[in-house]
Amino acid sequence: MPPHVRRRLRSLRRTEDNRVLGGVCGAVSRATGIDVTWVRIGCVLACIASGIMVFVYAIAWLMIPMEGQSTNIYARAIKDKHGVRIVLAVLIPLLILLQVITSSLHVPVVGFISWPTLLAAGLLVLIWRNANESEKDFIDHEVVPLLGNDFHGQGRRLLILRVVVGLALAGIGIALLVEGHTTLAALRPVGGAALVVAAAIVVFGPWWLSLVRDLIAERQARVRAEERAQMAAHVHDSVLQTLALIQRSSDDPQNVVRLARAQERELRAWLFEGRSPGVISEDATMLGEGVALLQRQVEADHGIAVQVVVVGDCALDEPLRALLDAAREATVNAAKWSGADQVSIYAEVEPETVELYVRDRGQGFDRASVPEDRQGIAQSIESRVARFGGQAVIRSAPGEGAEVQLFMPRRERVK
Amino acid sequence: MSGRGEGAVAGGRPRIFLVEDHAVFRAGVKAELGDAVELAGEADEATAAVELIGERLPDVVLLDVHLPGGGGLAVLRGVLPHHPEVQFLALSVSDAPEDVIDVIRAGARGYITKTISGPELLQAVYRVAAGDAVFSPRLAGFVLDAFAHGGATPAVGLDPELDQLSPREREVLRLIARGYTYKEVARDLSISAKTVESHVSSVLRKLQLSTRHELTRWATDRRLV
Repeated sequence: MPPHVRRRLRSLRRTEDNRVLGGVCGAVSRATGIDVTWVRIGCVLACIASGIMVFVYAIAWLMIPMEGQSTNIYARAIKDKHGVRIVLAVLIPLLILLQVITSSLHVPVVGFISWPTLLAAGLLVLIWRNANESEKDFIDHEVVPLLGNDFHGQGRRLLILRVVVGLALAGIGIALLVEGHTTLAALRPVGGAALVVAAAIVVFGPWWLSLVRDLIAERQARVRAEERAQMAAHVHDSVLQTLALIQRSSDDPQNVVRLARAQERELRAWLFEGRSPGVISEDATMLGEGVALLQRQVEADHGIAVQVVVVGDCALDEPLRALLDAAREATVNAAKWSGADQVSIYAEVEPETVELYVRDRGQGFDRASVPEDRQGIAQSIESRVARFGGQAVIRSAPGEGAEVQLFMPRRERVK
Repeated sequence: MSGRGEGAVAGGRPRIFLVEDHAVFRAGVKAELGDAVELAGEADEATAAVELIGERLPDVVLLDVHLPGGGGLAVLRGVLPHHPEVQFLALSVSDAPEDVIDVIRAGARGYITKTISGPELLQAVYRVAAGDAVFSPRLAGFVLDAFAHGGATPAVGLDPELDQLSPREREVLRLIARGYTYKEVARDLSISAKTVESHVSSVLRKLQLSTRHELTRWATDRRLV
């Protein structure tokens, strides 16, 4: 081979964006300057005319590296002992069988086409096993469906079509056999071939089955690996990022608490409620959700731990939303002024009323000596619930913390 | 908040045993409890824990609910039939009601979450060592929820007393759920701290003995965060 041709061959690269199967035609087109469509037409014609072209295509797929890569699939396939064993185990018996059948039936033309096709199929298995992730992905999603391996929807119709065509072909074959050779003696080669097939199945059958099982197990392992990767990505995006943030703000305890609580809630929502982070609905329809939302917001905005206990639950209506608004005011107040590091919210749904308590163990205050602006906030809590027939009681003394007690009669009294 | 040592085991410091599979958390708990307790041992999985606890007979076992080898439940079921005097305090990151209710019904004297502060943890340990029950606000909420809508359907032929909370018990639980300490509950209701403790212990007994099928159904129906 002249050196310049060898150099040319070595610089061949299969293309990623212009491919139907392996991108081999694209590679040839780029090296020769011939339009890729013509190359493809030529390739398909050659495949039909002589099975050898299929084999050549598979070899090219194996030997020509993908663009941007220096190693080809062959370099990896040769180390894939398991894959090579599988291919040889299936291929050798099949080829022997084929040889026996074609020579006994005197139809060399069948062998002429099937030999290279079978070899190519073996190579394709090796390619599939050893291609890198992105190419494997492409084969799984683009090429495998072409084979009609998908048994749903359209694939199902294809399967039925295949069965019908197959049965028709078998029928014609049997008819031809019986019609052409009416004597028993002429049928003998057919019987011999059938016996050889049966023998092959008996001898190699269990082995083939175990190979199929291996393949399935491998596929499942890959699916699991993908799930694991997704999980890892999620943990990285949320938990690890937060941990990094926590380390960086280790001298700011309030911020650490805020980050940790936010991450804890997100993780819980993901693990136990199956919600992806960031898609937690900001619209509560039930009291329990509403209180949880309040907790989230106050914790995020004020860096204080809010402990929530809810007993019973009911749908939110206008009075109950007012109750929640008042509770939010009370919680924010506690976060801002009390100096406590935790606020407790307790809500209980009773047949006639909904009660909600916001309590902190901070410095507390004397209602009479509170400055005007805070008095105003207390008013806004009280008047908010009073508007819907509710009631607010504020209990506090200096040094004893504070508790805001909110009561709201229920409109709908269904249990 | 001061540690409440009175009534604890004779000799002062309670001997505790730590069952927890996260080494980091184990180290954290040990550091927080420090010299206030005597560490009788530790284990990171259920089978080893059952064996060691039977051998060393600590006063209090701090038990993680989620453990390799059958979880905290397996430890409770392995130890309590042979050594009923060992007290268990369950702790977990999980607030899932079914976890909480299950360990309490299996015999734990209390349930706290891992976010509890050091002094509160110590207080809870002392309380359990003294044979009292420890109810976190959330556990109190769970119990109120589970026993809510009274009446319902007590199992046939069983003590109906067990299936209902007395009004006083409800009051105590509600205050605990609101974040009150036992002392504050006592003051609020004008009763003694000892009475509060006996109410809580009685609720714990009901929780453990009640056959209300609502209890289990409720716990599995709901997954409060």
